[in-house]
Amino acid sequence: MSFVPHTDLERAEMLKAIGIASIEDLFSDIPEHLRIEDLALPESISEIEAIDELETLASRNVKTKDMDWFLGAGAYYSYIPAVVPALAGRGEFLTAYTPYQPEVSQGTLQAIFEYQSMTAKLLGMSVVNASHYDGATALAEAVLMAWKARENRNRIFLPKDLHPEYSQVISTYCTSFDIEFIRYEGDPGQVAIDEDTAAIVVAYPGFSGQFYPVSKASDKAHEKGALCIVQADPLMCAIFKSPGEQGADIVTAEGQCLGNPLNFGGPYLGMMGTTDALIRRMPGRIVGQTKDKFGKRGFVLTLSTREQHIRREKAVSNICSNQGLSMLQTCIYLATLGKNGLQKVARLSYDKAHYAAQLIDSISGYHVVPKLFFREFLVETPDAAAKIVEALNKKGIVPGLALSRYYPERKNELLICVTEMNTKAQIEKLAVALKEAAK
Amino acid sequence: MAIDKNARYLESHEYAKPEGELMVIGISDHAQAELGDVVFIEFPAVGKELDKGVVFGTIESVKAASDLYMPISGKVVEVNEEVKNDPSLVNKDCYGSGWLIKVAPSKLSEFESLLDAESYGASIGEV
Amino acid sequence: MNEINMRDEPLVYELSREGRIGCSLPRSDVPSTGMPPELARTELDLPELDELTVVRHFTRLSQKNFSIDTEFYPLGSCTMKYNPKANEVVASNPGWKNLHPLAEEQYAQGAIELLWRLQEGLREVGGFAAASLQPAAGAHGELSGVLMIHAALKELGETERKKMLIPDSAHGTNPASCTMAGFTTQTIPSGPDGSIDMEALRAALDDTTAGIMITNPNTLGLFERNIEDICRLVHEAGGFVYGDGANMNALTGVFKPGRSGIDVMHFNLHKTFSTPHGGGGPGAGMVAANETLAPYLPGPIAIKEASGYRLKMPAKSIGRVKAFHGNFGVLVRAYCYLLMTGADGLRQVAENAVLNANYLKSLLENDYPVPYKRHCMHEFVAKGTIAADVHTLDIAKRLIDYGFHPPTIYFPLIVQEALMIEPTETESMETLDLFAEAMKKIAEEARTDPELLHDAPHIAPVARLDEVAAARHPILCYRG
Repeated sequence: MSFVPHTDLERAEMLKAIGIASIEDLFSDIPEHLRIEDLALPESISEIEAIDELETLASRNVKTKDMDWFLGAGAYYSYIPAVVPALAGRGEFLTAYTPYQPEVSQGTLQAIFEYQSMTAKLLGMSVVNASHYDGATALAEAVLMAWKARENRNRIFLPKDLHPEYSQVISTYCTSFDIEFIRYEGDPGQVAIDEDTAAIVVAYPGFSGQFYPVSKASDKAHEKGALCIVQADPLMCAIFKSPGEQGADIVTAEGQCLGNPLNFGGPYLGMMGTTDALIRRMPGRIVGQTKDKFGKRGFVLTLSTREQHIRREKAVSNICSNQGLSMLQTCIYLATLGKNGLQKVARLSYDKAHYAAQLIDSISGYHVVPKLFFREFLVETPDAAAKIVEALNKKGIVPGLALSRYYPERKNELLICVTEMNTKAQIEKLAVALKEAAK
Repeated sequence: MAIDKNARYLESHEYAKPEGELMVIGISDHAQAELGDVVFIEFPAVGKELDKGVVFGTIESVKAASDLYMPISGKVVEVNEEVKNDPSLVNKDCYGSGWLIKVAPSKLSEFESLLDAESYGASIGEV
Repeated sequence: MNEINMRDEPLVYELSREGRIGCSLPRSDVPSTGMPPELARTELDLPELDELTVVRHFTRLSQKNFSIDTEFYPLGSCTMKYNPKANEVVASNPGWKNLHPLAEEQYAQGAIELLWRLQEGLREVGGFAAASLQPAAGAHGELSGVLMIHAALKELGETERKKMLIPDSAHGTNPASCTMAGFTTQTIPSGPDGSIDMEALRAALDDTTAGIMITNPNTLGLFERNIEDICRLVHEAGGFVYGDGANMNALTGVFKPGRSGIDVMHFNLHKTFSTPHGGGGPGAGMVAANETLAPYLPGPIAIKEASGYRLKMPAKSIGRVKAFHGNFGVLVRAYCYLLMTGADGLRQVAENAVLNANYLKSLLENDYPVPYKRHCMHEFVAKGTIAADVHTLDIAKRLIDYGFHPPTIYFPLIVQEALMIEPTETESMETLDLFAEAMKKIAEEARTDPELLHDAPHIAPVARLDEVAAARHPILCYRG
């Protein structure tokens, strides 16, 4: 099934119109010895068979609903209102292209503008782009953006308490550049920022769940002429002070938890916002409001001279696409939940996580590490966390991430996440099971 | 295409024009026409010392962005704040109110080695 | 012809009414924990809408779009083929949607097996030794590939090789990716036959050459006949060859780029492999390599062992280019397409894509000059130089009135007033005939009544938006 509509008769007519004998003639530019006849792949199958095969494969996975799920670490089991997939899945959104012809793309363009508006308010920034691939790549590009904005400064402070995969992506993106990364622990407000510093990155919250106020760090950075980049949990910003109001120059975030399914790691949503002063250095598509020749309001892609199709080797970044559909899902999610709904979701997560932390901290042998956290918290365990995880799996619980999966030497640490999807009963069952496992 | 006779030019269409002790730098009428409606200019910092041939900023239209090259060496003493707020001045009056920067030249002899109005005109095909 | 929604649609902020809630949430079943007051957020300016308003709003917005589902969309270089609904059915399975990326490997065997099977299938299509599905887009795949070349050169001690050669017809992401990988670029001109100028190429090769980035067929829709020589010359000079696979739709089942000497290549799964464009993304950019560069692939990638499927970092990997495993939800769709299409279907894809393009070219070339006379591949470039005071932009806008999405305009940069047209294999003959008819009418209008074109589009919610004002005085979010 190749979805080609032509009949043999139609093909013959077309060949005649072109003036050739067979389709082979059209490939005459390809050297004969390089042309192939067969691919070592199975033959085509029908739609029924394909769907069936994929269902079989899908059934071999353990989904969040199959277990009591307490694992986050950069991807969150979250509530997605039914309207989100219903609206985002409309063919006119799904099968449209990048809005290069604005007159016939106002749907996409207005949705992007609304997304930019709502997320700018959420993150507290002047302007947010139409998205990057994910939180990790957004942060990597933010680091490069800040480094390029501060000529002659090579130092970037990175928290040790940052998602290890994010650190890895930053490292890959900065491979060819002479940047000095200094890893710091604890309160970013205590970091010794100096005149060689281009930027300090603050994780809000850190990988362990611990977070600190940002203002001290951003003040210090600005005193020394450096920039403050905040990598934030966007849901946390619904009830805690936004990075923008605490002086951040660039904010990045992972938007998956706002209306996008887990999907084994992607497609996710890199959120990125900045101040007026830095707009022209920010990568990624941006939509602006304008008027048409009749004075009607409309939306267009703008500030395109930053981008690769115009600036080529001098572009701010090579990024060409945005995570269009993922961004649309987040836009619909934010519009649906609105101010009250989003705060409620954030409060639910916060309260449930703190309830869980309280129960777990009171179990002998377990100790909750962060003093201040949102919905995820690192726990010191009495025994190897990997063993505890295995024991709890047998009871239908995924209690979190054993840190030894990233850091082999950190054997007795478990990162537990609680979201609005976890019930009180599940939390209490978790606590009981953890106590059992300690014996 | 208008060519200011008091100015001298780079082949890349920047001009330098004497104004008292200073030199006024901008882009030619030909350049602004090719660029289209100017939307943004990135200016150098006042006080910066730049050599001839070095990029001192960028000028953007909706569809294109170009580097701006110093026609002569000097120290930037003023940038055109009015153009910052209204980039269309570059399209409307590139030799007058649409000037970009003013510099205190460090090597006046460089001015002589630029293309004069006639030679610049010839280079862009104007007879 | 599909009717586009012409009515003004307010912004979500303008539809907002205080106190409205758009969805229901369960009551909290746990005690509430206090928040440190000095850190609590005091104001959150998000709209408040009821659910029905949300539904009407986004439904109406969607009706302002042209899309493949509603219009012929011949954007050159974008491969706007039909996005099968079967893809959507499989992608919505909870076994994929509710699978956490950090689920332990034994709980994700279905997913890792899919990754492995798709890697194997795609590398076979391309003729490569190994593949990674981690890049989230074509440009991301390009960055990965250039970083791989960078790493390989470093290991060989060839740190002076900093220059990538790029044809003047190349897509802008090519040089931009080079800059991000720490390379400089040098442009190689195209010859009068539309192919890379071999003399210029020979002259440019020296011991600062890191390699060449080549698109085949190129952005003019023409097959680079000298591809083997190009690869050989670059290799002899000590460089690597990167293949931009954006135009793979012309070649599936007919030609394997890996066999011609390309070292590393990306595919755009949202082009050739039918995953939906989503209004600008998400895409997925598989990157594949030969034996030499395979160890440098970004990872982790899926491997098959006796005990099951695993995720593993390639031996000398450039590292992660993204968190987790790639745009998996997109990959599921690509795999479904690969299964349905199969070896025989893939060949039909290329054959019919090329047939459609040449058929359309034959219908249009009398009215719209085509600078290159040989057969095109899956796309062709024509010029909008049909009347003195008419530009390609005007033709594009007038096509909207005829109910067609305009082709790609003003790219590649080496053709003046370019119109890049790619019909794809999923379009019927009558659609192509209707499009050609519209184009002919427009050519006639250009000669007799050009104002119709200058004032176009006449049937669209907005017309000729002021992009200059948008860039001079950016309004990038709602200011209420």
